[in-house]
Amino acid sequence: MFGWEALDLARIQFAFTVSFHILFPAITIGLASYLAVLEGLWLKTREQVYLDLYHFWLKIFAVNFGMGVVSGIVMAYQFGTNWSNFSTFAGSVTGPLLAYEVLTAFFLEAGFLGVMLFGLNRVGPGLHFFATLMVAIGTLISTFWILASNSWMHTPQGHAIVDGKVIPVDWLAVIFNPSFPYRLLHMAVAAYLATAFFVGASAAWHLLHGHDNPALRKMLSMAMWMALLVAPLQAVIGDFHGLNTLKHQPAKIAAIEGHWENRAGEPTPLILVGWPDMQREETRFAVEIPVLGSLILKHSLSEPIPALKEFAPQDRPNSTVVFWTFRIMVGLGLLMIATGLWSLWLRRSGGLYQSRRFLRMALLMGPSGLLAILAGWFTTEIGRQPWVVHGLLRTRDAVSAHGVTEMSISLALFVVVYLAVFGVGFGYVLHLVHKGPQTDEGREPAHGGAGRPRTPARPLSAPEEGLDEGAPSARS
Amino acid sequence: MGIDLPLIWAVIISFGVMMYVVMDGFDLGIGMLYPFFKDAGDRDVMMNTVAPVWDGNETWLVLGGAGLFAAFPLAYAVVLSALYLPLVFMLIGLVFRGVAFEFRFKAREERRHIWDKAFIGGSLAATFFQGVVLGAFIEGIPVVDGRFAGAALDWLAPFPLFCGLGLVVAYSLLGCTWLIMKTEGPLQRRMHTLARPLALALLAVIGILSLWTPLAHEAIARRWFSLPNLIWFLPVPLLVLLSIRALLRSVANDDQVRPFLLTLALVFLGYSGLIISLWPNIIPPSISLRDAAAPPQSQGFALVGALLIIPVILGYTAWSYYVFRGKVRHGEGYH
Repeated sequence: MFGWEALDLARIQFAFTVSFHILFPAITIGLASYLAVLEGLWLKTREQVYLDLYHFWLKIFAVNFGMGVVSGIVMAYQFGTNWSNFSTFAGSVTGPLLAYEVLTAFFLEAGFLGVMLFGLNRVGPGLHFFATLMVAIGTLISTFWILASNSWMHTPQGHAIVDGKVIPVDWLAVIFNPSFPYRLLHMAVAAYLATAFFVGASAAWHLLHGHDNPALRKMLSMAMWMALLVAPLQAVIGDFHGLNTLKHQPAKIAAIEGHWENRAGEPTPLILVGWPDMQREETRFAVEIPVLGSLILKHSLSEPIPALKEFAPQDRPNSTVVFWTFRIMVGLGLLMIATGLWSLWLRRSGGLYQSRRFLRMALLMGPSGLLAILAGWFTTEIGRQPWVVHGLLRTRDAVSAHGVTEMSISLALFVVVYLAVFGVGFGYVLHLVHKGPQTDEGREPAHGGAGRPRTPARPLSAPEEGLDEGAPSARS
Repeated sequence: MGIDLPLIWAVIISFGVMMYVVMDGFDLGIGMLYPFFKDAGDRDVMMNTVAPVWDGNETWLVLGGAGLFAAFPLAYAVVLSALYLPLVFMLIGLVFRGVAFEFRFKAREERRHIWDKAFIGGSLAATFFQGVVLGAFIEGIPVVDGRFAGAALDWLAPFPLFCGLGLVVAYSLLGCTWLIMKTEGPLQRRMHTLARPLALALLAVIGILSLWTPLAHEAIARRWFSLPNLIWFLPVPLLVLLSIRALLRSVANDDQVRPFLLTLALVFLGYSGLIISLWPNIIPPSISLRDAAAPPQSQGFALVGALLIIPVILGYTAWSYYVFRGKVRHGEGYH
């Protein structure tokens, strides 16, 4: 297929399926905490608006959760089907971590999700709030395990290598490996930000279309407070994460910066834009600011950062890609900060809910958080290349020995099926958003779930709306 | 004597896979019975009998995969990469079916047939390729230096394909007898009529596989037909015959619950036969549980979580089946 090797196809397939998958958990993590905050505020203030928002976002949360489960089935098998040599080599470390992630997710589904989705009018608000909190904490515990596994692949420690395989020696060292705290924080906060901008854009869409009610205003206001306070915080976390990467994966940083060579005693400039060329070993058309690279990464005016030419050509990550994915992520982050500041300015002048230019900006920023998550993951994962477990196992040694034909068939199938299936799922989410929060929604007991006989408790049976806009609800 | 971690994990994973076969088996079967029932009302009832529980059923499949990765990474790597294409087809079938399940309820009347087809196709593909995977697994997977040493299309052989067909029959019977238990009136009568030919077909499948497997696989023949094994294992084929006889009778008597229980017994017996044939190998024909086991610190670490959480999942599963016990009627408003 297009002259690619089986290895390239395997990488594309993993990138494709995991990129689709991550969008659902990211929103699930963010919405779970948002719902906990909404319910907490409702219990404290007893203002109806919080409860209305809770019911509105609960449905979207449920659809997201369901989609995440379905796309997750594929992920649980892909390490073995496509990356069998990785699984054999590192399975005794990553296998148990992945198992804990799966167990946590199922524990949630078995324990608290049903109460959260269907139980508000049955178990009483206190217990229901507890269930919501547990789901929110649970999504973060799930994040904890999967990022422990991923971070270990970036900065492995706590293991020994026996007979060419990794053996865990110290689980605490494995889990709390050097890049783990930074990556966990960065990802959890990214999920919050992505959700905040999705929520904000939903409100902005309604306000732009002349719908206006207290719930929509509250949504926009909460999302923008989140942007104002958390987007700058994320920049700081990202900075620390970068310093950690510089220490443990210097080639990744050199590739991100498109920085090829150091001249004795000179500080590193910061290249704003340019085109890193892997063949010519230079960054073409570079627009750079002197000294700033050293200042940001070394907090020094003279100390240079490592340069790509210090690494053998076969040990260099693709600078062209990560240079740009990194800049997309940072650019989106700066736009998020700007949106937050703009919202603060409008709050002072009282035009937050009226300024069409601002609302249009908030609408456009809707997917920004999710795009930034994808760009960030592309940066860190491609930046780890040519390694799959940094310094221990190369990606080309990790892949299963499939031929180009099988890989092309499976990739084509995944692309077609994912686009069809999750396209409909995503359309359904947009349809729910389009309907908007309703006053007094959920005052009646939910139609499904625990405590009522013979009713389902699946995540996707929580929203009652039909698939197609404007159609009479055609449920059986 | 220390704790035999590989054995414990083998039991956990075998149990998980059996839970999966038993539970997802009947809801996949319902998907495959769909083409025989054109009426939208009938289809609603059929789907409603499993709607509350189907997603929990697939829990076991993911748990089996993750458990295998944690406890037997070598087996996870070799078996999954050896059976690459059939597994991909199975997973895609499951994705399709899972989403069809949900969106069928939410689709407009005139669009619903699209989701019906996705449901049928997904169920059929998932079942058939699960059977192919099983058959190819029994056939054995060549391993050299801890890597799969066969070819990409090894599974495309008569035995695995027949196993695929066999599983389609088995799951259809599970689905059919489940529906006998969960429905009433004309729909139930039609299930009763379907159950007899399906049971006879399953008898034929079991008969053919019982001859084919030992004839084609010498090690399996030795396991079953050498003394004293023959005496120890004789109850398995005898119980199979007794169960089929009882099943045919209970179908003829219009029993409600017994056909399903007897089909479950058949599935359980078939599964036991499989374990007897392959034990102690986790990658037939040559790699044993112990060869493929992760080091004790990995198996022990993951075991703590599994022992804490699996009972919770079991409890929840039992409870949700209890809540949804009884017949499902036409027009009953849950989805």
